[in-house]
Amino acid sequence: MSRRPDKQGFSQAQSGWPFAAPALLLIGVFFLLPVIGALLLSFTDFDLYALADISNLRLVGLHNYQTLLITPMFWKALGNTTVFVILGVPLSLIASLGTALLVNSRLTRFKGFFRTALFAPVVTTLVAVALNWRYMLHTRYGLINYLLTHLGLPAIDWLGDPHWSMPAIVLLAVWKNFGYNMIILLAALQNIPEDLYEAARLEGAGAWHCLRRVTLPLLVPTLTLVSILTVSGYFQLFAEPYVMTQGGPLQSTVSVLYFMFEQGFKWWNLGFASAVAFVLFALILVLTMLQMRLARRLGEV
Amino acid sequence: MKQRALIWLVNGSLTLLALLTLFPLLWMVSVALMPTGASASYPPPLLPARATLSHFHDLFAQQHMGRYFLNSLIVATSATLLALLLNAMAGYAFAKLRFGGRDTIYAVLLAGLLIPAQVTMIPLFGLLKVMGLVNSYAGAVLPSAASIFGIFLVRQYALAIPEDLLDAARIDGASEWRIFRSVVLPLLVPILVTLGIFVFLATWNDFMWPLIVLTGRDMQTLPVALAGLAREHVQDNEMMMAGAVVTVLPVLALFLVLQRFYLRGILLGSIKG
Repeated sequence: MSRRPDKQGFSQAQSGWPFAAPALLLIGVFFLLPVIGALLLSFTDFDLYALADISNLRLVGLHNYQTLLITPMFWKALGNTTVFVILGVPLSLIASLGTALLVNSRLTRFKGFFRTALFAPVVTTLVAVALNWRYMLHTRYGLINYLLTHLGLPAIDWLGDPHWSMPAIVLLAVWKNFGYNMIILLAALQNIPEDLYEAARLEGAGAWHCLRRVTLPLLVPTLTLVSILTVSGYFQLFAEPYVMTQGGPLQSTVSVLYFMFEQGFKWWNLGFASAVAFVLFALILVLTMLQMRLARRLGEV
Repeated sequence: MKQRALIWLVNGSLTLLALLTLFPLLWMVSVALMPTGASASYPPPLLPARATLSHFHDLFAQQHMGRYFLNSLIVATSATLLALLLNAMAGYAFAKLRFGGRDTIYAVLLAGLLIPAQVTMIPLFGLLKVMGLVNSYAGAVLPSAASIFGIFLVRQYALAIPEDLLDAARIDGASEWRIFRSVVLPLLVPILVTLGIFVFLATWNDFMWPLIVLTGRDMQTLPVALAGLAREHVQDNEMMMAGAVVTVLPVLALFLVLQRFYLRGILLGSIKG
């Protein structure tokens, strides 16, 4: 039953365009076009001279990527960022899961208050709270060293010692972010039907057993989701080192994005910086897929 | 008896954790009220011996804090208003209206969610330079005015609007615009509050893009200006904390008033995975 669309029918069939077009235009111009642009730029030597006069632009093929592979600072930045992710993501997930379980407990009073208090750092401005953490981590006057020495531990030169600068940034990041995943996990916990716990209890399962056999298996999809979001978020580390350490000491907190920012907007090696951006994107994409595959395998067992 | 002990344990640890979490924010306020130099002593003082508002006064009188505050307000407010209008229209179109290539375009958009915004920043800077928008409010606002996430959020919500309601309005002879204005928009209000607070908080707190695009000092937003001030006045800790309070307080207050809507946005946003 095909009908020739009359005029009314045609306008009906395209009536969404005027509504969708303005947003799509902006997304196209300010997001999709630059993504393609970044890929193209990464094959050029776009720099300050090309910015002044576009005729200085040359195609260089994969040269930027080859240079990247032999640039020690890039590897250093990638290493620093990996340390940040490996320390930060598990800590952050443990904090999120722990607090979500506590807030969700039947024994907890004032759930709303605790949820809000634990979530509050998420909505704060990173630059502002990073300044506060810089003060709390101060070697001489900082509260954290004050507490450490009171516990009989040695004071730590948090932001001055290249071994401790990244852990210090991890502390700030975990404090700032764990509330976000806590909210997602809390919602997943509330979706677990009460009968499942009752059935487990009837079989004589204790609290620990319930957690191992009922709660955690049912949380696997949500844990996968928050772990993917957190890994890709933590790989985009930038503002924390910019404010707290300016990449130091001894470049121990230069992250991949910090490296990209300096290459692009300090030295104006825009083609090279685009290659850095694309390598980071590819890395995040691969890790996302790996985690999805891993979670699927976990789900099958 | 054992139950009572457990209740104490659970609520006690939560109280401790909540205090630990809130402590840096409370202390920030406390240090902001201390006289210059008071925070650089050992042991670190928890409360000001004598509270003073002088740092807030100095920030606004000498450090142009009022200007930065205004910049932040203009950027965040206009990004929010534009995002509400554009994403509401597009989200509704993707949910309820027909147009050629709709489903393909939507699939492309969803795939685009995987791409981190930082990938776009270098060409975007070049593009805005060509358009003459570097160091302008428009340069800070336009890239976040329409968003894939915003369209997604509105679409999910608009899918539940009953088709009969729209058809009834069409039979009454209402134009598509009129239907959008008087039937659809009122129904979308809850999700638009969610979207609005999301965009406002994100643009207010954003650092990397405004740092790149707002090159002139008097165009800077609060986070960018604060980071700059902190590099110049490393010693002046109390004033930096006052600046931090001015920056954080508006968004924290907004969140506390509208947190129900904000938390729902996080949950809706996480379903996409």
